[in-house]
Amino acid sequence: MNIVDRRPNPKGKSLSNRQRFLARARVEVKSAVQDALRKRKVADVAQGEKVAIPTRGITEPLFHHSRRTGRNDIVVPGNKEFVRGDEIPRPNGGEGRGGSEGSPDGGGDDAFEFTLSKEEFLDLFFEDLELPDLVKKSLKDTTAVDLQRAGYTVTGSPSNLSVPRTMRNSMARRIALRRPKLPEIEALREALEEARARGAVEKELAELVQALERSERRNKIIPYIDPIDVRYRRFDRVPKPNTEAVMFCLMDVSGSMTEAMKDLAKRFFMLLHVFLVRRYRHVDVVFIRHTSTAEEVDEETFFYSRETGGTVVSTALDKMLEIARSRYPTDRWNIYGAQASDGDNYGADSGRCVSLLGGEVLPLCQYFAYVEVGDGMGGGLSGLSRDSDLWRAYSEVAPAHAHFAMRRVGDPAQIFSVFHELFAKGGVRA
Amino acid sequence: MPDTRYLGPAGLEAEAPLFTESNWDFGSLRRVYEVIERIAIDELGLDFYPVQIEVITSEQMLDAYASVGLPLMYRHWSFGKRFAYHETLYRKGLQGLAYEIVINSNPVICYIMEENSMTMQTLVMAHAAVGHNHFFKNNYLFRQWTDADGILDYLSFARDYVTQCEEKYGLEAVERVLDAAHALKDQGVNRYAHRSRPNLAEERRRTEERRAYDEATYNDLWRTVPVADSDKEDSGEAEAQRVDVKHQLGLPEENLLYFIEKRAPRLHDWQRELIRIVRLVSQYFYPQKQLQLMNEGCATFVHYEIMNRLHARGLISEGSMLEFLHSHSSVVFQPGFDDPRFSGINPYALGFEMMSDIQRICTDPKPEDREWFPDIAGCGDPFGVLRHAWANYRDESFILQYLSPAMIRRFKLFHISDDASKPALKVEAIHDDWGYRRIRSALSRQYDLSRREPDIQVVDVDLTGDRCLVLAHYAHDGVLLEDKTCRAVLRYTSSLWGYTVKLLEIDATTDKVLKTYEAEIKE
Repeated sequence: MNIVDRRPNPKGKSLSNRQRFLARARVEVKSAVQDALRKRKVADVAQGEKVAIPTRGITEPLFHHSRRTGRNDIVVPGNKEFVRGDEIPRPNGGEGRGGSEGSPDGGGDDAFEFTLSKEEFLDLFFEDLELPDLVKKSLKDTTAVDLQRAGYTVTGSPSNLSVPRTMRNSMARRIALRRPKLPEIEALREALEEARARGAVEKELAELVQALERSERRNKIIPYIDPIDVRYRRFDRVPKPNTEAVMFCLMDVSGSMTEAMKDLAKRFFMLLHVFLVRRYRHVDVVFIRHTSTAEEVDEETFFYSRETGGTVVSTALDKMLEIARSRYPTDRWNIYGAQASDGDNYGADSGRCVSLLGGEVLPLCQYFAYVEVGDGMGGGLSGLSRDSDLWRAYSEVAPAHAHFAMRRVGDPAQIFSVFHELFAKGGVRA
Repeated sequence: MPDTRYLGPAGLEAEAPLFTESNWDFGSLRRVYEVIERIAIDELGLDFYPVQIEVITSEQMLDAYASVGLPLMYRHWSFGKRFAYHETLYRKGLQGLAYEIVINSNPVICYIMEENSMTMQTLVMAHAAVGHNHFFKNNYLFRQWTDADGILDYLSFARDYVTQCEEKYGLEAVERVLDAAHALKDQGVNRYAHRSRPNLAEERRRTEERRAYDEATYNDLWRTVPVADSDKEDSGEAEAQRVDVKHQLGLPEENLLYFIEKRAPRLHDWQRELIRIVRLVSQYFYPQKQLQLMNEGCATFVHYEIMNRLHARGLISEGSMLEFLHSHSSVVFQPGFDDPRFSGINPYALGFEMMSDIQRICTDPKPEDREWFPDIAGCGDPFGVLRHAWANYRDESFILQYLSPAMIRRFKLFHISDDASKPALKVEAIHDDWGYRRIRSALSRQYDLSRREPDIQVVDVDLTGDRCLVLAHYAHDGVLLEDKTCRAVLRYTSSLWGYTVKLLEIDATTDKVLKTYEAEIKE
């Protein structure tokens, strides 16, 4: 007998089968993911998901006997009361008749349930979304460049000298021009000495001297390394895509924002965060909350502490500009902004908001989204029925800037669709 | 036999338990296996392949589930589906994993899970490494159909070949062929061994024999017999030609995949090879489908016997024995038909009980048993009888031969008939004198694969005309095919065949056509 320990074997033997299966059931899985999202809490956004998909696309049909035709004989255990000749009313469905065969005839709409990993889930969820203007930004910023090896060049700085390549050229040239090697000269010299010592005839000596001189002359004329041999390593400057992003979350926390509205805003910010994390190696998040003054806070405070006071939106934009300029230079950082508010603003401030946003904030940003949250009632008197101050103000800015989007959200179920709209590939911009 | 004979060279003469801790280690696995092997060979008279035990994790066990229990398999999405399915059940806690998987190869590969306790490992080794192993090596169906020496090599070839095809012709093209072939996999097996093809020498010998016979029986009178009219012969000739073509094509043919692989007009060579791979893998599993009851029964009976012998000798502790009995009794539990847990007859339960019953009949028969089983009742050699049964029967014949009235009473089996044309089910027989034989033969039919699976054959093909392939399903007792899956399978079939495929539902007794399906190829 032989005992083999297979436990250290590589895992995930059926991973490729799983990928094929997901690809096969793509349509079904995707719609199941969308369904699942609607019921989801924000905190679990980045978790795996159990999805149930209809078996349509993934059935494996086989020839079966139909249980509803002809005469079937069945032998089953556990008789308690029946005697020969008893009649039993036909049970409904497949129940009670060899249940393990399930329902060979009901294969249609049974749901097939399985668990997606977090990665698979997010892949599917963000599949048709993209970050606006990501590429443009990366190419535009020539300050962030990478050097990439690109062959050899005849000019360059000494530090880039490629010794092997230079020596190779030099050797080729020396061989081609038949530069005498040192041992050869040495040998000639020795032969001359020896000829002199034994007192050879004049003619032979003269020939040897001549040969030696010729060799030595060639040796001088043909240099060991010539400037034409020298090669330098060449580097191309390749614009480096920015892999760092900062996300500014701006939220109105004044008294008019209810908990429900804040929750909506939070959901939106979370989604944006998950999305950015998947696209960038490093994502910073800056939370700015404002009433009539703005301050940078940590996440906990941002979402959960209460404030009272008036509403001056421009203070938040000021704050954002200040932080961005001091800590996040645009040549290194992709800047994303998301603002959530109920739309209320101190009347005289809206004009200033517009000029700030259009003139300074938007040129800095990759993308700026404004989400106006309502209380979900949607009734006639609530904020959603007529345009709020801020909405009206921002509407002036929107047409001139493609990377500015504004949306309204009334209840949690809309969050995902709004998010989808905002980032859909080649999608609509408000 | 003296008890100390099996205790091995380790000097375990005293009745010291082989292990005391619940955790296993490689040393005790080896020690226990050696003792089990001795008991199996010396006392039970079993004969099995060498064993390779492989320790795996639960995740690897799920992997093995997904590839239908084989250690390697070509890649296909359906295995991913199976994996996802089992994984979900397992994570939910709805389904425990099997303690072992055993592969019918030479040497037999027996997977055991690292989570098992030492008692469970002992049980698993007795069950799989010895019980299943003996059955694999000795049962006539496995001997006839399963090439235990070659299966792993073939699977590794199959996997590489499929991968190469995927690289060469694209995932999608390969998937299309495999999907379609999978739909026909139950119809892709040979149910009877083919006649071995005569070689040339044999052919010549037969020709000469025939000529000799002709010469010996030559009678000049036959020359004078008038020949049939020529135009009358024409219609007959067309018919004869048709029959001849059918004969050349080997029709009727019940192995659909084989027929398609050899005769489909539009397949490329690599597609034929893919079909062949599916067909051979299906053929490998063909005996297992007919031997589930006996295979599990044999393994369960053997492990029960071995564990009891270990315990009787004090080689496993009381605690281990209790742990074993707990596990064993849940394995052989048979809920009644009206129990929510009921999902058909548990092959472990029926198999194990029948074999224990045979043991009882051999050693302690009742008058009833003497009447029913005169040849084995009281013969005193239960293992001889069982070894004979394990080697020479399959589920269907085993039940027909050995299901005793005592078993029918024990399981309270009853036979109901479900006639679709009648409003209610009818109880045909119960466990009484009148019913024993009827229940026995009805149960045996239930295990008859040729009745359980639809009888579908290629009956005709029009190779000169529209190349339509005609299949026939011979319906017994008026049981037709399930409509929806039938259409789906036919679509797959026609995608392989390349032309229209028809299926006729024919009543097996009257030859009347009950229903016709047709699947056209969509261009």
